Amino acid sequence: MAASSAALSLPKVFRPVLGLGRSGNPAKVWAAAASCRREKSTFVGRIIPPPAKYGGRHTVTLIPGDGIGPELLNHVRELFRFSCVPVDFEVVNVNSSVATEDDIHNAITAIRRNGVALKGNIETNHNMPPSHKSRNNLLRTSLDLFANMMHCQSLPGVQTRHKNIDIIIIRENTEGEYSSLEHESVSGVVESLKIITRYNSLRIADYAFRLAREKGRRRVTAVHKANIMKLADGLFLQCCKEVASGYPDIQFDSMIVDNTTMQLVSKPHQFDVMVMPNLYGNVVSNVCAGLVGGPGLVPGANYGTNYAVFETATRNTGKSIADKNIANPTAMLLASCLMLDHLRLHDYANMIRGAVLTTMNETRLHTADIGGQGTTSEVVQSVMKNIQSGGPLTTEQI
Amino acid sequence: MGDCALIKHAPPPAKYGGRHTVTLIPGDGIGPELLTHVRELFRFCCVPVDFEIVSIDSKSTSDDDMNNAITAIRRNGVALKGNIETNHNLPPSHISRNNILRTSLDLYANVIHCQTLPGVRTRHRDVDIIIIRENTEGEYSSLEHENVPGVVECLKIITRKKSLRIAEYAFNAARQNGRRRVTAVHKANIMKLGDGLFLQCCKEVAAGYPEITFDSMIVDNTTMQLVSKPQQFDVMVMPNLYGSVISNVCAGLVGGPGLVPGANYGKDYAVFETATRNTGKSIANKNIANPTATLLASCLMLDHLRLHGYASMIRKAILATVSETRLHTADLGGQGTTSEVVQSVMREIESKGPRTSEQI
Repeated sequence: MAASSAALSLPKVFRPVLGLGRSGNPAKVWAAAASCRREKSTFVGRIIPPPAKYGGRHTVTLIPGDGIGPELLNHVRELFRFSCVPVDFEVVNVNSSVATEDDIHNAITAIRRNGVALKGNIETNHNMPPSHKSRNNLLRTSLDLFANMMHCQSLPGVQTRHKNIDIIIIRENTEGEYSSLEHESVSGVVESLKIITRYNSLRIADYAFRLAREKGRRRVTAVHKANIMKLADGLFLQCCKEVASGYPDIQFDSMIVDNTTMQLVSKPHQFDVMVMPNLYGNVVSNVCAGLVGGPGLVPGANYGTNYAVFETATRNTGKSIADKNIANPTAMLLASCLMLDHLRLHDYANMIRGAVLTTMNETRLHTADIGGQGTTSEVVQSVMKNIQSGGPLTTEQI
Repeated sequence: MGDCALIKHAPPPAKYGGRHTVTLIPGDGIGPELLTHVRELFRFCCVPVDFEIVSIDSKSTSDDDMNNAITAIRRNGVALKGNIETNHNLPPSHISRNNILRTSLDLYANVIHCQTLPGVRTRHRDVDIIIIRENTEGEYSSLEHENVPGVVECLKIITRKKSLRIAEYAFNAARQNGRRRVTAVHKANIMKLGDGLFLQCCKEVAAGYPEITFDSMIVDNTTMQLVSKPQQFDVMVMPNLYGSVISNVCAGLVGGPGLVPGANYGKDYAVFETATRNTGKSIANKNIANPTATLLASCLMLDHLRLHGYASMIRKAILATVSETRLHTADLGGQGTTSEVVQSVMREIESKGPRTSEQI
């Protein structure tokens, strides 16, 4: 068991502290302590760092994905090496063109082992039969990464039509319209099932309210379409209301999804924290990403009870701009900062994040998606320069 | 704004003595007051349309009101309506009245033409998108059940027949309006069978229209592109739910729910309303609602009845009024009232157009 081997690998100096030297089975005591701690604090970044921490270094699973994923994740690795971040990457490739599910299952096992992953988007091949499920979806449901969190903030230095947007979007990540349950009972008539369960709805609502409370946010808006889907979204809305009653300091309201999207494009500043089922989350998060500057700027995080996977918020493969050195690395770099925060390496996270934001202020370094002509490598070099000038020792002078 | 009647139907048969009879459903919220303004305007301009008013009480659970309204529309062929409120406190078996109307009359195509209006300041310029939304199936089938307590299954139905029909409508409309590109919006990477079928039907129909470019885009990417570069879109066709979201995004881009009219077309009937179908309960009866959307919807109705002269006259007057910033209502950032806007439209018509019923 992982816990017992972890206990045995502890340097001898720590054992007396845990009272292991004298009585009882060290593995049992350690396992009991570990499981207690894990169950007590399973929320919102308070997940205790995963057990893959040997000699002070973390091991994180890296899934390159397709399109711009591999090149951007290479840049992340380069940056981490340059900044001496104590993270080792275990690279697991997932081949999107084969029909077998071995690759993705290997990746899932690796994530279970390491607890944390950083991934690029895996392409879903449309020419395959419908039984070939989306690999990204399979990953999310197998690891039960029930909460997708996306923090949309206007970055200074990026010119957008709306200023000072600050919205946190929490999207249910495992059920809803993404259940992949479809059938064609009668030829020419397809039924696609959208599943909403009380358990998952309560869970995501609880996550949203806890996050709002932790971050000092004052309002949570539930986005739904309960006027049409009365049972399904009605259940979701009701679960949100039940959870809201336990958080009297936070204001709760609800809005229908079509009105929400219209309000988002005209007055996005009215929104604070938003919680919603899977499909609306997809649409609303893309609208918000578009409002703050596009898919190249926003990182996303998928949290489960035991695992966390970080990626770009809008999950694009970017096939058309792959390997051309024009992709915007900001989203991926900020996602790696979220990962470092999750691993409690806050100093490194803040250092890299500060450098990325300083780079964003330089308009001449903007990549094509935000209207500039910079290349990916220029942006990464600039981030490294900022780290070097601002921060502690790095591996080499550039 | 031009002829957006798209498919040229034969005028409905309720034409006696040169006058048409149109069903009017006031609805709730701002519906009644705005439709009263429409009637006032039509009377002022001597438009040969008589309204048969059918009220629907949204609080009652009986279906009689709805059946009366549907029968009236079947009789007259054309209707102008406000949005009917769906009361959330009634049990789930009480289906949305608007939805019942659309499915009973088989109004399969919802057409919304979003254009930036001169005089309305928006963040995006030169937006000109026609959205064609399947109006009767998809996620709005109202088929839900709870087999296991705490687990709800909601069915989204996509059929070949309806997908082919709406795709055919979209391409035909694009051709008639001289549009060059049709984009299908879907989520077939996740809902492979459902949206996959929709996409395939669109591709099949596209093969019969070689002069029109056809492409497809996933709904999340579409919404992101819409908020950054809406000028790339021309005609868009999509199933019901995505249509709801995208039409609201586009309405927000061109200035809000008070400016865009919508039309629901079926084979035999047509119903006109505002594009975003808001009841506007909070601003009801305060004389602050924006009447532009409802007035433009009535122009669409006049176009459908082949009363193009009246339609153009009223439309020009509305556009001239919208250009006047001091007449903008609260939703456009101004302080004008509904009656001021309507009075201004009437004055415009009087100064430019043929005889009207009285001088104001």
